[in-house]
Amino acid sequence: MAVTRDDVLHIAELARLGVDQSRVDALTAELSAILAHMEVLSQVDTTSVPPTAGVGSGGTPLRPDVSSAPLMEGTLESFAPAMRDGFFIVPRLATHEDSAESGA
Amino acid sequence: MSRERYEMVVGLEVHVQLKTRTKAFCACSADFGAPPNVNTCPVCLALPGALPVLNEHAVELATRAALGLGCQINPISVFARKNYFYPDLPKGYQISQFDQPLATGGAVAIGKDERGTDIRVGITRVHMEEDAGKSIHDRYPGATAIDLNRAGVPLIEIVSEPDIRTSADAGAYLRTLKQILQYLDVSDVSMEEGSLRVDANISVRPPGQTKLGTKTEVKNMNSFSAVERALEAEYDRQCALIDSGGRVEQQTLLWDGGRGTVRPSRTKEGSHDYRYFPEPDLRPLILDSKWIEDTRHDLPELPDARKKRLALEYGLSSAELDQLLASPDLAEYFEAVARESKDGKGSYNWVMGEVSAALRSSDNDIRQFRVRPADLAQLLNLVRDGTISHTAGKRVFALMLETGKPAAQVASDEGLLQVGDQDAIAVWVDEVLTEHPDEAKRYLAGEKKLQGVLVGFVMKKSKGRADPKRVNQLLSARAG
Amino acid sequence: MNVGDFTRLGAAAISSSVRSGETTPTEVVRAAFERARDIGAGADGLNIFLHSDEDASAEETRGLRKRLDSATDVGILAGVPVAIKDNIASLGLPTTCGSRILAGYVSPFEATAVTRLRANGALIIAKTNMDEFAMGSSTENSAFGPTRNPHDVRCVPGGSSGGSAAAVAAGITPIALGSETGGSVRQPAAFCGVVGVKPTYGRVSRYGLVAFASSLDQIGVVGRTVDDAALGLEAIAGFDKMDSTSSDADVPIYRVSALGKPAPEARAPDTEAMRIGRSPIPLPPPPDATTLKGIVIGKPKEYFPDSLDPAIKAHCERALDHFRSMGATIRDVSLPRSPLAIPVYYILAPAEASSNLARFDGVRYGLRVDPGSGLKAMYGATRSQGFGPEVTRRILLGTYVLSAGYYDAYYKKAQAVRTLIADDFRSVFTSGVHAIFTPTTPTPAFPVGAISDPYEMYLNDIFTVTANLAGVPAISVPIGRVRRLPVGGQIITAHFDEYTMFRVAYALEAALGAEAHQ
Repeated sequence: MAVTRDDVLHIAELARLGVDQSRVDALTAELSAILAHMEVLSQVDTTSVPPTAGVGSGGTPLRPDVSSAPLMEGTLESFAPAMRDGFFIVPRLATHEDSAESGA
Repeated sequence: MSRERYEMVVGLEVHVQLKTRTKAFCACSADFGAPPNVNTCPVCLALPGALPVLNEHAVELATRAALGLGCQINPISVFARKNYFYPDLPKGYQISQFDQPLATGGAVAIGKDERGTDIRVGITRVHMEEDAGKSIHDRYPGATAIDLNRAGVPLIEIVSEPDIRTSADAGAYLRTLKQILQYLDVSDVSMEEGSLRVDANISVRPPGQTKLGTKTEVKNMNSFSAVERALEAEYDRQCALIDSGGRVEQQTLLWDGGRGTVRPSRTKEGSHDYRYFPEPDLRPLILDSKWIEDTRHDLPELPDARKKRLALEYGLSSAELDQLLASPDLAEYFEAVARESKDGKGSYNWVMGEVSAALRSSDNDIRQFRVRPADLAQLLNLVRDGTISHTAGKRVFALMLETGKPAAQVASDEGLLQVGDQDAIAVWVDEVLTEHPDEAKRYLAGEKKLQGVLVGFVMKKSKGRADPKRVNQLLSARAG
Repeated sequence: MNVGDFTRLGAAAISSSVRSGETTPTEVVRAAFERARDIGAGADGLNIFLHSDEDASAEETRGLRKRLDSATDVGILAGVPVAIKDNIASLGLPTTCGSRILAGYVSPFEATAVTRLRANGALIIAKTNMDEFAMGSSTENSAFGPTRNPHDVRCVPGGSSGGSAAAVAAGITPIALGSETGGSVRQPAAFCGVVGVKPTYGRVSRYGLVAFASSLDQIGVVGRTVDDAALGLEAIAGFDKMDSTSSDADVPIYRVSALGKPAPEARAPDTEAMRIGRSPIPLPPPPDATTLKGIVIGKPKEYFPDSLDPAIKAHCERALDHFRSMGATIRDVSLPRSPLAIPVYYILAPAEASSNLARFDGVRYGLRVDPGSGLKAMYGATRSQGFGPEVTRRILLGTYVLSAGYYDAYYKKAQAVRTLIADDFRSVFTSGVHAIFTPTTPTPAFPVGAISDPYEMYLNDIFTVTANLAGVPAISVPIGRVRRLPVGGQIITAHFDEYTMFRVAYALEAALGAEAHQ
């Protein structure tokens, strides 16, 4: 399956990569070339082979519901690009209705 | 016209915050109301190198909720990443569950139809996930303020089958869900506080058709009645659209409570490709089947089952029970009183009467109520066996509330104990008959209407303590 | 201690010398920094170090001094200077992952592995250069310029832990921490003529390791010798409650394997003393015909293709001859799905990376570029200016293979083939084979700028990536020179059998002696 220019524009948008228009064609070619190497996998018989869900056995460990200090040094201000009154500040969303459908 | 032509088909997705002390994947406090960003750490800030570790109590509460909703618990469930960009979603993905959720296949009864059959709404699944932080858009001009205190608080998502057919039923479903979750003590379930959120999926179809119509998603409803109104509005819109030859498009709509309308959100369709894949930082959640059974066994009695049992044990009517069960704590208090006093109706009357009135006026919580169930039961017994009169009983109650003393003591202190003793009363009756010879003579000759007056004299002589029933009995006996 | 002495000493010897009072930590650290200056570890030289602070190190050294003076147990790495790859969170020095998007970022918390090093008395003296976000095999993808191979400054040191391998090869520190996702510790170790270990997945906590591909990542150890790597791993391995994927399997005393004993249960004499480095490990006996008696070493045919560089092949055969002369049996085996490993890896790793790197959005930390036209523009400008071309390429690739319509064909398929690759190892290790031996890389180090095709660069990992996919431990040990550049041999064992891996590695190192660097 070759990657198309529209595919690249779409996934760059999904990944918020801000890819420059001038790079799109080159990237399309590169991704297509790389994916061509993956085609060999489609010929492997994997019926009734379970996907690896990570290495290691047993269930996920559980943590007691006890609060503790965050084990962090310094303040948020020491690394935050922009804070005000304790909030992280970002440029306004273009449409603030996006908040209602952010998926949660 | 639309109502007869099209059936409303609704499914609801409800997000519920679990009342744990700490967040789902880190040990930060999950408490509400702290100054912005104080309940944060590398994990919920998504600092480079941080990793999630699952909260045991969140698993317990989620399992309890799923069991209470009649679901099958999957002993192995898998966490998955739901990927999208939003400033209050620190990792750029939400840890949720996708194709192997915690629980599937439950149902709740939301009321009865005209024939008296239970109306049931199926529950497709219950899964665990984490909450995002808060974005505040109107605090600073041109900017959005982000508070991550809420980021990482554990949630369950409850997805219903598209079994809801009216907006009223949607409201009933939500109220039922809320009551069950309160009984299970897994969440504060308050839409106002944000611990319960609702999204709706709605489509229409001609009655009798089994195939579902195209559904739209409706969001941004902040109360149960808003849900009902929004569903009505969207139903009307879809029907009108179809009637005019149009087709319903799959889209997300936002409820505008002020205008009473739904309008399309401005995000492009297809831009939400969540690219779910299993969360590699967490191994699957494996639940021991004995633990699941123990949890099921330890479930508090749910409203439905409790109602049936109380009706059977105490002979209370459905309306009476609904009143009582509206507050699980009050219902518990009632039961304690009823068990001790062995008088269901009497207990009910006192609890819904005097006790509720006292709670209302003092803004008190039944759990801190000064009159303990055993004490109220004792009061009930004293009234029932005539040791104190009903009127005196009310006075005793008020004093018990004030002093915290038990009923018998208060009655005795206040001299309110009725005397039912045959001999004592006989003495008073004799004295009255002697002191009032005219009335006595006429009464004993047959003027029954003088009984009331004579009883009055006896009551006065006994300072109100004589049991009026006994006095009447004795006088009648004298009359022959 | 003069610099010359310092560059020849292993970590155990330094630690024991500092504990006994023969040397002070100050002397050791001074020697390390002097060596760094001599060799040109900074940006205008080999570009090994991204951040170091001699004054801060002096502070830490004083702290260690106090602990020594108060006779507190200072651990097995007392006074040993260690360099840390810049994608591992440390307090004090920045953690940039070789990327502009984290330029200047100082982590407010520290990786568990680093905390454990410090608890054992190690002194963290620098953060080392790396391919951006660990994506690369040459350290040419660093936003801060490539690192040069100390053996030949025209060449790359390998990647992505190129800086760490170079730091050890240049004699600046006997131990350095790196990270492995597809071979990023073993390959640069091989290119730089030093030892590199990838532990079993889950052996070392990932808390504080900036995630690239979560189901593959592990912190690894680079050492001057096998003993240095073993000591380093002992200090950092073990369960961590902050990492849900870390294992609670026991951590044996790996260095005991040098004595050739078959299992950790058979405790060697003076174990306690070796554990805390109070006295040097008793010198293992010189290898003889019984050193590896009973050990079966597998030679997988897929890793010795006809196209393999004859010089590398010859060095591997020499190593196998040494194994035989020490009593081991060599058996031909097959890991048939190995040729599928690169396609599998380059679907899974970018997929996980595309998700792991979403947090770099300019909101809470790191670079923010705000063109003044709203949030979406801020995301795009920050990420396009913050990420280099290889990272951008892999995020796109990863997003693509996870996206609707492609998930089953790519991601899900790759996860299934991954199971088959792991099964190949399982079959071999349950058929009586204790360890597998292969070349570490298909070529020695190549000149900076020589490889520009992305997929050609990916092929550097061809012999290393299967171990990451299967989660098994592996070590690269120098086995000779090819056209004067170092090459490595790789020893792979079953999950959590680092003990046998070290045992075979110790034996090979001792048997080769000086030949390993010729």
